[in-house]
Amino acid sequence: MGFYLVQFLTGLSDASALFLVACGLSLIFGVLRIVNLAHGSFYMLGAYIAFSLIAYLPQGAFFFWTGILLAALIVGLVGVILEVFLLRRLYSAPELFILFATFGVVLMVQDLSRWLFGAEDILGQMAPGLEGSIDIMGTLLPQYDIALIVIAPLILVGLWLLLNRTRWGILVRAATEDREMSSALGVNQTWLFTTVFFLGSCLAGLGGAVQLPKGGANLLMDLNMIAAAFVIVVVGGMGSIPGAYLASVIIGQLNSFGVLIFPQSTLFLMFLAMAVVLTIRPHGLFGEIEAEEHAAAQTAGTVLKPASKKVRLLGLILLILIFVLPVFVGQFTLVLMTEIALFALVSMSLYFLMTGGMVTFGHAAFFGGGAYSAALLVHHLQTPMELAIFFAPLAVGLLALIIGWFCVRLSGVYFAILTLAFAQICWSVVFQWAEFTGGDDGLLTIWPSKWASEKIVFYYLTMVLCIGGILLLRFFIFTPFGYTMRACRDSALRVDSIGINLRRHQWLAFAIAGVFAGLAGGVYVFSKGSVFPDEMAIPRSFDFLFMVLLGGVETLFGPVAGSAAYTWLHDKIARFDFWQLAIGCIFIFLVVAFPRGIAGSVHNRFGKFFED
Amino acid sequence: MPADSQDIMLKVEGLNTFYGKAQILFDMVLEVKRGEVNVLLGRNGAGKTTTLKSIMGIVAPKSGTITFKGKAINGLPPFKTCALGLGYVPEDRRIFSRLSILENFEVGKQTPREGLEPWTPERLFELFPNLGERRHHAGGTLSGGEQQMLTIARTLMGNPEMIILDEPSEGLAPVIVEQLAQTIQRLKSEGVSMLLAEQNLNFARTVCDRAYIVYLGRTHHESAIDNLSQQAYEKYCAL
Ligand SMILES: Nc1ncnc2c1ncn2[C@@H]1O[C@H](COP(=O)(O)OP(=O)(O)O)[C@@H](O)[C@H]1O
Ligand SMILES: [Mg+2]
Repeated sequence: MGFYLVQFLTGLSDASALFLVACGLSLIFGVLRIVNLAHGSFYMLGAYIAFSLIAYLPQGAFFFWTGILLAALIVGLVGVILEVFLLRRLYSAPELFILFATFGVVLMVQDLSRWLFGAEDILGQMAPGLEGSIDIMGTLLPQYDIALIVIAPLILVGLWLLLNRTRWGILVRAATEDREMSSALGVNQTWLFTTVFFLGSCLAGLGGAVQLPKGGANLLMDLNMIAAAFVIVVVGGMGSIPGAYLASVIIGQLNSFGVLIFPQSTLFLMFLAMAVVLTIRPHGLFGEIEAEEHAAAQTAGTVLKPASKKVRLLGLILLILIFVLPVFVGQFTLVLMTEIALFALVSMSLYFLMTGGMVTFGHAAFFGGGAYSAALLVHHLQTPMELAIFFAPLAVGLLALIIGWFCVRLSGVYFAILTLAFAQICWSVVFQWAEFTGGDDGLLTIWPSKWASEKIVFYYLTMVLCIGGILLLRFFIFTPFGYTMRACRDSALRVDSIGINLRRHQWLAFAIAGVFAGLAGGVYVFSKGSVFPDEMAIPRSFDFLFMVLLGGVETLFGPVAGSAAYTWLHDKIARFDFWQLAIGCIFIFLVVAFPRGIAGSVHNRFGKFFED
Repeated sequence: MPADSQDIMLKVEGLNTFYGKAQILFDMVLEVKRGEVNVLLGRNGAGKTTTLKSIMGIVAPKSGTITFKGKAINGLPPFKTCALGLGYVPEDRRIFSRLSILENFEVGKQTPREGLEPWTPERLFELFPNLGERRHHAGGTLSGGEQQMLTIARTLMGNPEMIILDEPSEGLAPVIVEQLAQTIQRLKSEGVSMLLAEQNLNFARTVCDRAYIVYLGRTHHESAIDNLSQQAYEKYCAL
């Protein structure tokens, strides 16, 4: 009995940090309409900064808590810097680009933290006066857990008072409903945004700082937390702070008891909880139905045209070049080209989804899923390469059907977040279930069949599969199915009202995209000879998104051009020690400088030349 | 300063506004003198709302000048326009439905303006007794007429010297329209200038001084409302 009670209290104390981070995220989203992916990074910074401050300040309870609060404030200031110098320039840019810029910040904070605080996991200091444990019916519970259990409701009440009893809070709630109107009533939105961002970031920092004595600090905290916070916000209902608390408690309990039942992956239980809630209440426990205006499609506006004669000619030249390339270059370039082709196929499948208004942040789950399906078949069943490559896309198609079933119920940012959360869950299953998947060590020696083991043969095999896949996706885009998808993107309501089953359409598209990404993954694993969980991780999803954006969302050539540019760039940069920092900077720079993507900009400037 | 420029509250000259590549307003001109209540008459889609939003700074005009109390306000964000004393009552009311009436007022609150008796919730409840009874109710629970009163009251909390009202009578029951006309006349008697957009000619006749006929994004015809030629009205405004 005591054991279960302690387990329950542990879950409640785990919920605290989750709640602090999630309610900050929710608050920022409510007012700024920005999903700040760097929010998890702020949580991580909170932990590192608190650690450094506490180590620097004198001993004692007073200085300990001062350190925690100071850390939260410093993180809040970092948030202000981000808002004022970066986000403010981007408010009129498409949502997706803003997300991108914030992901650039995630990468930068990753490397900066590694540089400043080291790569080793850090054990947090104990809170003075709360080092001991209390005995609950024979089971021990750390005293600090009690402190954590108390903190979350205190913050909940404090926030409630702030939002309901102060002028600032009223302005925040007004802006959450209608920013334009509150601006026309004389409220300076710029100032309001900055203060909200400050508070939200402080809360993330505080979350990281208060969990320090319990969980310490490490470099995986940021993405783990952002995925968990998304789940909480989606389960609790976007913008609802009590909802965030309730969801945090539910997730905290699942973590705490889940370990007993299903030690491989507690995140998997999170998935189940989310699935149940979203099936019953698509907008979360306390969420309200979003007004249509907020879900406006961002990529709308350009009409995709079938390729003109000149573009076709260009494509043909490219094909010939690809065919004769092996005569002129060495193995190294062939391997790079193979990789580019595979990524181009994944990007194209992502682009295909985006033409239907479905911007997924979890495409790596499909790519990595394909890679792991093939690798697992080879590793456990000694399946030959041909069969493994055949089954990988089918397995991923099935996965996509399952994930898609939930995701297509939502749209816009909600959709994006949900896909991200699912991908993180897939990653965690692969990462944690080491007996089956090899865990962090990956699966090795997955080599092609004998006939394809020459690099040049594998190059041609890849090219045939990828070019075939890309052309097939292109073909889909110009079928009635493709036109309906674009109609779904541009006006979901109208499509629904003329009797087209929107969800089923999107669901099918999701599965198709999954199949092609899975195919690329299946081939990829044989080209590398191994697979690691990184292929499924969130940064991978962003690689693909970035390839599409780099190429520009307005042209069909975009994804291919983007993959080539990005893979080449990555190949050059990844040799440096702090390359994520560089990539992060480049992300941010490109988003600020070319809000239409590179191919989009070229298209703008030279578009006339390519018309018939 | 020329003698009469004191009297001009709002002056719009050569206003051109675009949505994307589509030009909506073409060299729009209009003027409101201090204490005057003027109206833009025109069919749906004529460009009335776009004109009013351009004045407020909610959409950015491409060219043209907008002067308010002798000060150029084009390019200013809405909150600054509002702070100068120009209030805005939007066409679709846009009350904050999850905020109570008092909280809606709080959003509109601005510092008092010299020479004007500041509006307080109590003074507003005298003007709109219905709202007083439901001051703690959420905006979303009010009836259409009450919501229209709330948007006006909320804008008054900013102590504006001039108010822009976009089709205030639209969708209201005749009794409520009458009440609205009285409110507008009362505000006018307190010296508040106003610019309305309307499609309801009878309503406009009861409250307005001068009328501009807006057709396809241009000001086509300007006259005192009593002299408005029936011919011009029918040509450009009637359906
Ligand atoms: N957000 C918008 N984007 C594109 N066109 C718009 C937008 N709002 C209005 N329009 C167009 O501008 C024109 C003028 O509209 P509006 O100013 O609302 O007219 P009114 O208020 O006189 O009915 C209409 O043709 C309308 O279709
Ligand atoms: Mg209108």
